[in-house]
Amino acid sequence: MTPLLITNARILDPASGLDAVGSLLVEDGRIASLTGAPSEGAETLDAGGAVLCPGLVDLRATVGEPGAEHRETIASAAEAAASGGITTLCTLPDTEPALDDPALVEFVIRRGEATGSLTILPWGAATKSCAGKELSEFGLLREAGAVGFTDGSRAIGPARTMRLALSYARAFGAMVVQHPEEPSLAGTGAATEGELATRLGLPGIPAAAEAIQVARDIALAQLTGGHVHFAHVSTGAALDLIREAKAEGLRVTCDTAPPYFDLNETAIGGFRTYAKLSPPLRREEDRLAVVAALKDGTVDAIASDHTPRDADDKRLPFAQAAPGGAGLATLLGVTLARVHAGDLALPEAIALLTSRPAALLGIEAGRIAPGAPADLCLFHPTRAWQVRDGKLPGKAQNSPFDGRALEGCVIGTWKRGRRVFG
Amino acid sequence: MSGFSFPILPTGHLLAIEGLEPPHISALLDLAESYALLNRQGKTQRDLLKGRTLINLFFEDSTRTRTSFELAGKRLGADIVNMSVSTSSVNKGETLLDTAATLNAMNTDLLVVRHGQSGAPALLAQKVDAAVINAGDGTHEHPTQALLDALTIRRRKGRLEELVVSICGDVLHSRVARSNIHLLSAMGARLRVVGPPTLIPSECARLGVEVFHDMRAGLEGTDVVMMLRLQKERMTGGLVPSSREYFRFFGLDAAKLAVAKPDAIVMHPGPMNRGIEIDSAVADDPARSVIGEQVEMGVAVRMAVLDVLSRRLRRNA
Repeated sequence: MTPLLITNARILDPASGLDAVGSLLVEDGRIASLTGAPSEGAETLDAGGAVLCPGLVDLRATVGEPGAEHRETIASAAEAAASGGITTLCTLPDTEPALDDPALVEFVIRRGEATGSLTILPWGAATKSCAGKELSEFGLLREAGAVGFTDGSRAIGPARTMRLALSYARAFGAMVVQHPEEPSLAGTGAATEGELATRLGLPGIPAAAEAIQVARDIALAQLTGGHVHFAHVSTGAALDLIREAKAEGLRVTCDTAPPYFDLNETAIGGFRTYAKLSPPLRREEDRLAVVAALKDGTVDAIASDHTPRDADDKRLPFAQAAPGGAGLATLLGVTLARVHAGDLALPEAIALLTSRPAALLGIEAGRIAPGAPADLCLFHPTRAWQVRDGKLPGKAQNSPFDGRALEGCVIGTWKRGRRVFG
Repeated sequence: MSGFSFPILPTGHLLAIEGLEPPHISALLDLAESYALLNRQGKTQRDLLKGRTLINLFFEDSTRTRTSFELAGKRLGADIVNMSVSTSSVNKGETLLDTAATLNAMNTDLLVVRHGQSGAPALLAQKVDAAVINAGDGTHEHPTQALLDALTIRRRKGRLEELVVSICGDVLHSRVARSNIHLLSAMGARLRVVGPPTLIPSECARLGVEVFHDMRAGLEGTDVVMMLRLQKERMTGGLVPSSREYFRFFGLDAAKLAVAKPDAIVMHPGPMNRGIEIDSAVADDPARSVIGEQVEMGVAVRMAVLDVLSRRLRRNA
């Protein structure tokens, strides 16, 4: 591969604190140097002052493969990911069949490798078939490459099962990721309980369903010494509990997703099913609490929570429509909206998308340093674009941000030194 | 009946009361009132909807609402087709849009829809050329019921503004309650809802109502007592422990009604569960109960709605 010299870039590496205009040399798929020394025969790219950061590490996404290829294949997810600057993607195990067998974990990893643009790190199923009953083979799944364990979009309901999972996972140094929603309280709800759900006549999910699950699982983390990670946290009450648990030194971490700091429940007005998510969009106070938790560091990562749905899943009466939103292509742009709004500094925002999730997983990705893999994202921080249904890269078009104007646009993505987008 | 100087239903559909302005509501009630008079005299314009096709598309069982729309359409001369789609075969909703495509191909003018899911008529309205009338969707709205209730009240009381109206029972699952709350509060009535906390929707007070869990307190000095049907399956859902307990505390009987104004009227959207939410002695008391008149006004209101919507059909027959 010809060496590549990217010049005149604002190089941003949150892990080392680097934030300076300079050049970066890529050789043999790795970052060779940051000194700007010209290399013999290197191809040169003038970045024109755009921001060069590590390729994004997305902690949480659903792909349709295996089992729902009509919604999204790994190849189509990779196309969307590359357009969003994502080079490492952790996929959920509640596929069909569920990733509860080492061979399936290996299969998904290989399918990721085959795209050439994306490293897929699957979460293993915490319980067999993600049914919430018997633990799956954590040891064998971990050996096969599972980064940790979760039942994906389903909460691990019974306290005993969660206790065993947190306890057993310690033997393999893995975390257990929880969908924080108390199942019996959430029931068949379709929207956050409150005035809007009442007006629309939709069955509600009380916001407290999240805090209740989080409180229980913090207690179980304390009991077992295990590491619990709460995914897509969306309420102030749950974030308060997590903040407190962290202050006590418990092994508790969390992520959130762009809809929860960019949208509130009013997005479902007029029965707009693209804005039907799980957990449901919350009221404005909760959105503001999520923003505050991004600022103060309580949130460890921003994940896309990408959930592909097709027209048949969404063109239904609201309560029957499937929850979830496409999120790969918009992950960076919606996060940058918090930077433009003055809530986050650019390096902080990029850390939430790169070095911090990488540190959580204990992986090599998510940093710019000599010797590190040349997984890179080059973006123009203020160039505007509009999210439009039908125009998004990849198969899934069900963006809750449909119509939203975003400021901040990926112009190039590299995977191990090879350009995969732009 | 001559034209109006402003569009009464500006969207071309009647999907909800929420969003309608008081002048729209008054105009619809005025028109319905004149249809009520004509109906009593046996004189109606039998050719107003001549050549128009009205389809009653019912995904939930209903006898009275469907019959009421059918009669309203017939009195105005429309061609009417009743389609009852059994709920067992249509739970996926895909069929909902398939059905919409079929009806569209048949050049339907007016589509009356009842569906078990909130928002289903709104979804249909996006996909068909016909004017869509919501005849009840899930726990969202039942706009023609609220209009007929308002017309009944207005005829009995001469006004809507400043009246105290107590809506009692299973408000949580009631589309009738929601439409009535929106309509009557828009028209200046003072709304109360009365029921056990498990049957009152979350943050109901933010809809502009006063919430009571003690029925006597909720009925004290009220002008209108509007009872709601308690769905029997709610009891199996554990929201109410038993029908006898429900009737004891939230059923309307003469003793509880005694605290209302002496001329208070009693309403029920039907069908009634006698002995559960309402005592027969009250339901059948001609001095208090206006339940029969509600049914009569139902036809008049639906004629008015069909009339208004047919004036602005996107596709001219």
